[in-house]
Amino acid sequence: MASTVVRTPPEAAAPARSRFDRQRVTHWLSVNGVYVALLLVLLVDGLFLDRFLSVNNLRTQLVQVVPVLIVALGMALVIGTEGIDLSVGAVMALAAAILPLYLGYGWPIAVLMAMLVGALAGVLNGTLVAVVGVQPIVATLALLVGGRGLALVLADGQAKQILDPGLIGFGSDRVLGIPKTVILAVLLVLLVGFVVRRTTFGRQLLAVGGNPRASRLAGLPVRRTLIGVYVISGVLAAIAGVVITARLNYSDPSSVGTLVELSAITAVVVGGTPLSGGRVRVLGTVAGALLMQLLGATLNQFNVPDSTTRIIQALVILVAVGLQRSGRTT
Amino acid sequence: MTATSVAPVEAPQSGVGTGRGARTAELLQRNGALLVLVLVCLVASLSFDTFATTSNLRNVAVQSSFLALVAFGMTFVILTGGIDLSVGSVYALGGVLVAYGAQYGTVLGLVLPIGACALIGLVQGLVISRGGLPPFIVTLAGLLAVRGLVLLVTDEGAQVRTIPEGPLRTLGRGTLLGLQYSVWIVVIAFLVLAVVLARTGFGQSLYAIGGRGDAARLMGLPVARSTTLVYVLSATLAGTAGALLAARSSSGVPIVGVGVELDAIAAVVIGGTLLTGGAGTLRGTLCGVLLLGVIQNCINLVGSLNSSYQSLVSGAFLVVVVVVQTQLARKQQL
Repeated sequence: MASTVVRTPPEAAAPARSRFDRQRVTHWLSVNGVYVALLLVLLVDGLFLDRFLSVNNLRTQLVQVVPVLIVALGMALVIGTEGIDLSVGAVMALAAAILPLYLGYGWPIAVLMAMLVGALAGVLNGTLVAVVGVQPIVATLALLVGGRGLALVLADGQAKQILDPGLIGFGSDRVLGIPKTVILAVLLVLLVGFVVRRTTFGRQLLAVGGNPRASRLAGLPVRRTLIGVYVISGVLAAIAGVVITARLNYSDPSSVGTLVELSAITAVVVGGTPLSGGRVRVLGTVAGALLMQLLGATLNQFNVPDSTTRIIQALVILVAVGLQRSGRTT
Repeated sequence: MTATSVAPVEAPQSGVGTGRGARTAELLQRNGALLVLVLVCLVASLSFDTFATTSNLRNVAVQSSFLALVAFGMTFVILTGGIDLSVGSVYALGGVLVAYGAQYGTVLGLVLPIGACALIGLVQGLVISRGGLPPFIVTLAGLLAVRGLVLLVTDEGAQVRTIPEGPLRTLGRGTLLGLQYSVWIVVIAFLVLAVVLARTGFGQSLYAIGGRGDAARLMGLPVARSTTLVYVLSATLAGTAGALLAARSSSGVPIVGVGVELDAIAAVVIGGTLLTGGAGTLRGTLCGVLLLGVIQNCINLVGSLNSSYQSLVSGAFLVVVVVVQTQLARKQQL
């Protein structure tokens, strides 16, 4: 809207050159800041902490970040459509509850069933958002509230030990020293990156997020795209639930994925994907998830108390979003 | 220009739509939660002998009172088109600070939590209204940071302070005319806030801001100030609720309040307030809170069902409500 554009006062025109440069720096930082921050954390780790950059520790950090990262990939796509998916933690719990019920038929069937439930959750979310027209935050809140309850009912309120060797192997085995779960996460990153950049669906997703009305008028399948995005998010959350269950050898629907929606949103936002939709940064999301994980672990190594760690993480979020905001005004 | 001198803005909910269907839709949307609440209570009192007893209803009232205060604040925030995710952490902060302050006297026990929470609301409100950052992100950071403060006050969560015997404990446990003080506080807060919302320029400006922020600004409404105040109010109410809970349980527990923001948002939405801002009532929110409370109470009364059924029912209920609400809202616009 033209009337809301704030005009720069004339006196600001004089130091135009330095102002221009500063804005370019802010813009560059808003795009690449997350990588800079990640490098800084790694640098500090390398200089001041003895064993932080050891293969063992890095492997532990990667294994720990995998579930959040997988969820964050789906969240990035949803946020790209100007939506949000609060139900991911509940979907992880549902996946964890489904697994033991079908392990008798072999682990591939059980994992497929878990992914199917994730897809169904996505269909529910997507239909509420795209067809009924409910705000994404409310639509997915319903499943957040109800989903974990359903998971607990399915699991009879109990945590169950997983004895299936196939699933346990997936959770703890390594290929060439790299844990299988990390390999899975890398494959999913590549897949989601490919979908966003190289497929029609990816283009439509960004168009719908940028301007839903224009997309509809241009004849894009807005509803189908939105439902598809929530289905992807649901399936990825279910996979994350399977990964955690396999790693812990334990299906515990009451605790799996609690508050993961917040970590995932944080990773996406810190990674430079704006909440206003129309843009998805897949690599940025990966860096965002890694940054928050390594920052937490590093502060822990320096014996920084939990309370201060949380405050620092909050500041990181604010700085990231603040930079994006000032970077956008160029 | 002071907030009170602003001419009342016609709330978008009244007067939109022309046909009879639109009017019915509007009426249903505004009073739907009340209607459902009455229905659920009727069914509950027919199904359970113990439901409609004084002691049980008193229980529902006390248990709903804490969420009610938080949800009142959330209603104000959502009316402006914002959201406050930090209330759960602020709720916990109110509780640990009342216990901390109570060690140095009753006055500090009251002033410290309310003052600190108001300050947190002020900071968030300023970052949102002056800094122009999205409320979702700012209050998400608030959720993290305030939980950090809670841990800081309680020696990383290890120290649970008890509130010494005295007026603060009486505030938490005492009754007046058979009702707990916390219920009376909710009643007073409801009356005051409903008047503020309906009869003051500040209240009316919130509808304008939520309906059309840039239009409200061009009309000369103090958008930034009103927006800031809304977050101050939300945090203050959440802190007060947490303080009351701590006074009731005689100690400030650092782990309470996780997920309270979601319950509050659910109650507000069930009450017919649109998440896009600009339309909604405090009365609806109260009905939403009571509905959630009654559902929980009924599931407790069944006895054989555990708490997971409660969240299952609440979730299913929420789906039905938002679908109906959205349809009604759409009908009004036709």
